[in-house]
Amino acid sequence: MQRRQSSKAPRLSLQGHHKSQTDLSAWRKGGGIDSEKSLQNQQSVNDEKYDSQEGSLEQALSYLEKVQDCVALKKNSVLQKHLNAVESTALEQGLPPEGFEILLKVALSGKFADTVNTRLLKSLIPASVVPENSVVTAVSWLCVSKCSGNIQLLFLKWLITVFDFIDHKEQLHALYGFFFSFLQDEKMCPYVCHLLYLLTRKENVKPFRIRTLLDLQAKMGMQSHLQALLSLYKLFCPEQVTITLSGKMKSYFKNPEGPWKAAITAVRQRNQGTSPLSQAVFLGTSQPQSRKRKWNAQLVIPATSTNTNNLEEEGEKNSVYLYSTSRSFPVEQLQTFPQLLQNIHHLEFPSQMGSVLTNPLLLHYMNCVKDESIYLRLYYWMGQMLQEECTWCVVDKPHEEEFRSFLETIYKAECLLQEGFSACEEFLYKTLPLWDGVCCRSEILKLVSWIPLSSSSDIKSYLYDPLAQLFFTSSIYFKCSILESLKELLQNWLNCNVIQMDLEFSSLNTTLSGLVNVVAELVHFVGWISTVALRLENNSTFLMYFILDFYETVCDMYVKYNLPLLIMPPAGVFYPALLSMDSVNLNQLCYIMYRYRTNLVAAKENELNKKKILQFKFSNQTYQEYNKYIIAMVGCLWTSSAFQKDIHSQGLRMDDKLLSKTAVKEIKNSFNIVYHPALMGYSVQFLQQVSPDDTTLNFKLIKGKKWDWYLEYLYSQGLKGLKVFIESSISRVSQASRSKAGNVEA
Amino acid sequence: VVASLRQHTNNQERQNFNLSFHAHRAGILDTVDAQKIAFLLRKAWTLYSVTPLFRFHRARLTEYARLLSAFIAAEKRKGLAVEVGVELDIKVALTSLADLRGSELDQAALLVQLSSRSQASSRNSEDKLVWSGWFCSMFGDDFSENVLEDFTCLPLFLSHGAESYTTLVGSWFQKTFDCCFRRLAISPLNLSWMVAMWAGCKLDRAASAVELVFSVPCLSQPLDISYAIHPEDAKALWDTVQKTPGEITQEEVDVFMDCLYAHFHRHFKIHLSATKLVKVSTAVASAHCDGIVKILHSQYLPGVLMLLTELAISQIQ
Repeated sequence: MQRRQSSKAPRLSLQGHHKSQTDLSAWRKGGGIDSEKSLQNQQSVNDEKYDSQEGSLEQALSYLEKVQDCVALKKNSVLQKHLNAVESTALEQGLPPEGFEILLKVALSGKFADTVNTRLLKSLIPASVVPENSVVTAVSWLCVSKCSGNIQLLFLKWLITVFDFIDHKEQLHALYGFFFSFLQDEKMCPYVCHLLYLLTRKENVKPFRIRTLLDLQAKMGMQSHLQALLSLYKLFCPEQVTITLSGKMKSYFKNPEGPWKAAITAVRQRNQGTSPLSQAVFLGTSQPQSRKRKWNAQLVIPATSTNTNNLEEEGEKNSVYLYSTSRSFPVEQLQTFPQLLQNIHHLEFPSQMGSVLTNPLLLHYMNCVKDESIYLRLYYWMGQMLQEECTWCVVDKPHEEEFRSFLETIYKAECLLQEGFSACEEFLYKTLPLWDGVCCRSEILKLVSWIPLSSSSDIKSYLYDPLAQLFFTSSIYFKCSILESLKELLQNWLNCNVIQMDLEFSSLNTTLSGLVNVVAELVHFVGWISTVALRLENNSTFLMYFILDFYETVCDMYVKYNLPLLIMPPAGVFYPALLSMDSVNLNQLCYIMYRYRTNLVAAKENELNKKKILQFKFSNQTYQEYNKYIIAMVGCLWTSSAFQKDIHSQGLRMDDKLLSKTAVKEIKNSFNIVYHPALMGYSVQFLQQVSPDDTTLNFKLIKGKKWDWYLEYLYSQGLKGLKVFIESSISRVSQASRSKAGNVEA
Repeated sequence: VVASLRQHTNNQERQNFNLSFHAHRAGILDTVDAQKIAFLLRKAWTLYSVTPLFRFHRARLTEYARLLSAFIAAEKRKGLAVEVGVELDIKVALTSLADLRGSELDQAALLVQLSSRSQASSRNSEDKLVWSGWFCSMFGDDFSENVLEDFTCLPLFLSHGAESYTTLVGSWFQKTFDCCFRRLAISPLNLSWMVAMWAGCKLDRAASAVELVFSVPCLSQPLDISYAIHPEDAKALWDTVQKTPGEITQEEVDVFMDCLYAHFHRHFKIHLSATKLVKVSTAVASAHCDGIVKILHSQYLPGVLMLLTELAISQIQ
C-alpha cells in the first residue's frame, strides 16, 4: 500500500496540483482522498497505458530489490520491461525519494552488467529530493568497490550534479574522510575534488590533508581541480597553505557532463519548480584585470578576500588554532542576501576594505556595523586611489575611462549607504579648484551631491568658489548640470537631517542651528548664481527649469523635511519666471508659490498653537517677501494690476504716466491669464474652440462664465501648478474679483 | 645632446656662521646597532608612502615572515599551492630596528630582507641578500597621535632591489594590513629645500661637491644641466642667507637658490629658474625627483628621514 501511494506521488506533481514537496507530504499524511479520487478518473487512462506497455515503477522497484542473481539483460525480457519503466518514469516525472536507495544499491552492488547499471544511474532524476540515507548507503557500496571503475565515476558525477537536491548533508559531511581517500585514484580524483569542494568546511581542513593534496600536486602537476580545492583550503586556513591563481582560468571544474542536468531541468519545469542547479564556484581571484598595471597603481579595486590577519588572531585566542573550528564565515562565500542575514554575527570584513565598494552585500553589512576603523581603512585607501588616478591632477595621464568608472562605483556605493565618503569629500575639495569642468563631468557632479554637511566656511571656499568660477564661464548645459547636482546635494542634506532628528532628538539644539545655517548658505548661493546665470543666458527657459526645480525642494523644507527654514527665491529669479514666455516655467512658479504658502501657513499655525516652544521662527521678512510676490503674481495673472500694485523694490511697478506712454489701450485690463505671454497661446486656442467662426480673436470675450471655462481649459492642458495656485491663493477672492473684472469690462 | 656645464662658485660672499641644522639630532643613533645603520647608508632607496597598517602586531614578525615567504613562493609558481612554514627558495626576515625612530610616539622602524638560499653549494655558505626594504617614521608624531588603536603608522617605506620583489612584498602588505603604497616623488620645491638644508651641514670629512641637476623642459631632445658647487662655497653662501640658526624659512631657501641662479646666469646666460630641478646631491645625501634617495652620512640620517617622513605624511593625508 505504501509503495502504491509513493509511486502516485510524482504523478500528482506532474498534474500541477501540488506545487512543492511540502504540499506533497501533506497530502500523503492527510490521506488526500478527495484529490486522489478526482485525479484517479483523469489519470486512469494514462496509468493503464503505462502499466500495460512497460510495467509500473513500483513493480520495477520491487523486482530490482528482490532480484538475487546476476541476470543478463538480453535474455531477460522482464528486466528489460522494468528497466524501461524506471527510465520512462524518471524522464517523464522524476523519481520519488524512496526509489533512490533501491536503485543505487542495485547499480553499485555489481549484480548486473555495466550496461544495466549505467542505465539505472542515468535514470536517477529526482522529482523532489534525494534522501541523504540513500547516498550514504551508496557510498558504503562504493567503498566495497564491487562495481567497475566506470560506474564509480558515473556515480560521482551524479552525486555532484544532484548535490543540491540532497535533503540533508550532515551524515554526508561525516563521510568527508572516505571521499578524501578516493583522491588517490587518478581517474576519480577530479570528481572527488569537486565533491570535496562542495563539502569542505573549515573543520575539514587539517594539516595532514593539506600535505596529502600537496603531494598529489607534486605528483600530478598543476591541475585545475586541485587548485580549486587547495584555494578553498587556503580560504579557510590561510596560515597553513597559500596559492596564487592566475585570473585567466574561467572554470576550475569540468561540468560533470552527464545525462541528468537537462532531464532534471525538464522535470523541474514540468513540476513548476525552479532548479537549484549549478553552484557558482567562488574562487578568490574574481576581478578580471583589464590590463597589466603597476602593483601599487591601485585603481584595481581589490577582490573580496578573507582577512588572513584576523583569522590568525582568532586562532591565537583559541590557542590551538591549527585545529580550531571557529565559525567565521569567509566573505568569498557570501553570495546572497539570506546568507548575509544568517551569518551576520560571524562575518568579517575582507582583508582590503576597498573591496566592499563592488559588493552590495558588504555595503549593507557596513551599514549595520558602526566601527570607526572600517571607515578609516576605507578612507585611507580611497584617498590614495583618488589622488593617484585623478586624471586632471596627475601629469602622465592615467586612463580616464577607468577613473570614470571608479568614480561611478564610489557614487553607487554612496547612494546605497545614503552617505558620502570623507575621502571623497577631501578629494573634491582638493581638486575642484584645478578641475577643468570637462573631465569626468557627470561623475564629479554626482559625487558633489554626496558631500557631507560640514562647516560652512569649508564649503564656501572649497566648493562654492570653484564651482561658481566654472559655472559662470561654462555653457548653459553645464550650468544646468551644476544646478541639478546642487539640488541633489540639498536633498541629501535634508534627508540625512530627517534621519538624524529621528535618532537623536535630544541633541537637536546644537546641530539644528548649524544645519539651518549651512542649508541657508547653499540656498543663497544657488539664488545668487541663478540670478547671474539668467542674465547671462537671456532668461533661458531651459535654465529656468533647473532653477525652479531647485526651488521646488526649497519651498517645501518646512513641511516635508521638518526644517525651520524657508527662503524665497531672489527677485532676479522670481520676476523672470513670472514674466516667462513659457508656460512650463510659469506653471512651475505657481506650484512653488503654492507650496511656499502651504509651508508658511503650517508654520504660522504651529506658532499660534504654541504647543511646542519654537526655537526657530520664520522672520517677518519672509512673510513680507512672500506677500509682495503674491501681490505681483495676482496682479499679473488675475487682476491686471501688476504695474500699479507691485510693491517689491525690484518689481514691476510703473508710473501711470510711463504706462500711458506705452500707448497700450485699456492698460488696466491687459495683463492677466488671458494676455500673459506664456498663456496667450492657450487663450487663442480657447477662443478658436469656443467660437470657431469668429476669426477676429476677441480676447475680451473671455469673461464671466467663459472666464471659468477658460480656467478649466487651462487646467485640462496640464497646468496643474496654476490650478493649485489659483485655488489656494485666489479662490476666496475670485468671486469678488471676477465680478469686479466683469464690471470693468462691462 | 646632454650638455654638462660645471662651474664652481667664487668665494666672494664667504662669511663664517655656525650652523645648527634643526633636524639634526645627534645622539639618537648612538645606541643603534652601527652595522644595521651602515646597511641603510650609501644605497639608492626608492621612496614610497604607506597608509597606516591595520592590525599589525610586532610580536608576530616571525609568523609574518613565514606567510610572506609562502606568498612569494606561491606568486612565483602561480597556480601551485605552497605549504606555509616549509623551507622555500626565498627566505624572509622581518626585524625591528628598535632605535630608529624620532620620538616615543614613533613606531620603531621595520626592516624586511629577502635572501635566496644557496642551493648547490654547501649549507654553510651564507644566503644571498636579494632585496631589502624598510618602513620608518621619524617624528611623525602629529600623524600617529590621531590614529586609532588598531593602526600602526610607518608612513615612509624605502626599497632597494629588484622591482618585482617590491611588487610582491608591497602587495602582501597591502593585502594583509589593508594599507596603500604610493611612490613618493619629490617636487623641485622640496629638492631646493633639501639642497639648502644639506649644503649648510657641517661635516668633518672632506666633503664631495654640491651638485644640482636641471632638466630643460619643452625640448625635442632631453637636455640636462649639471651645476656643481664646491661644498665650502655652498655652505658659505647658505650661512650668509640664513638669519636664525636652527630655523629655515621658504624665503631663505628662495634667496639661496636665486643666488645660485644669478651666478650661473652671469657666466652662462642661462636662466635656471626656467628649468626643472631634478636632482640634488650633497655630502649628506642625494635625492632625485622620482623619489630615489641615497643617504651618505649616518649623523644626518634622522634629519633626512624626518624630512622624508613629513613628505610621506603629506602625501597620505
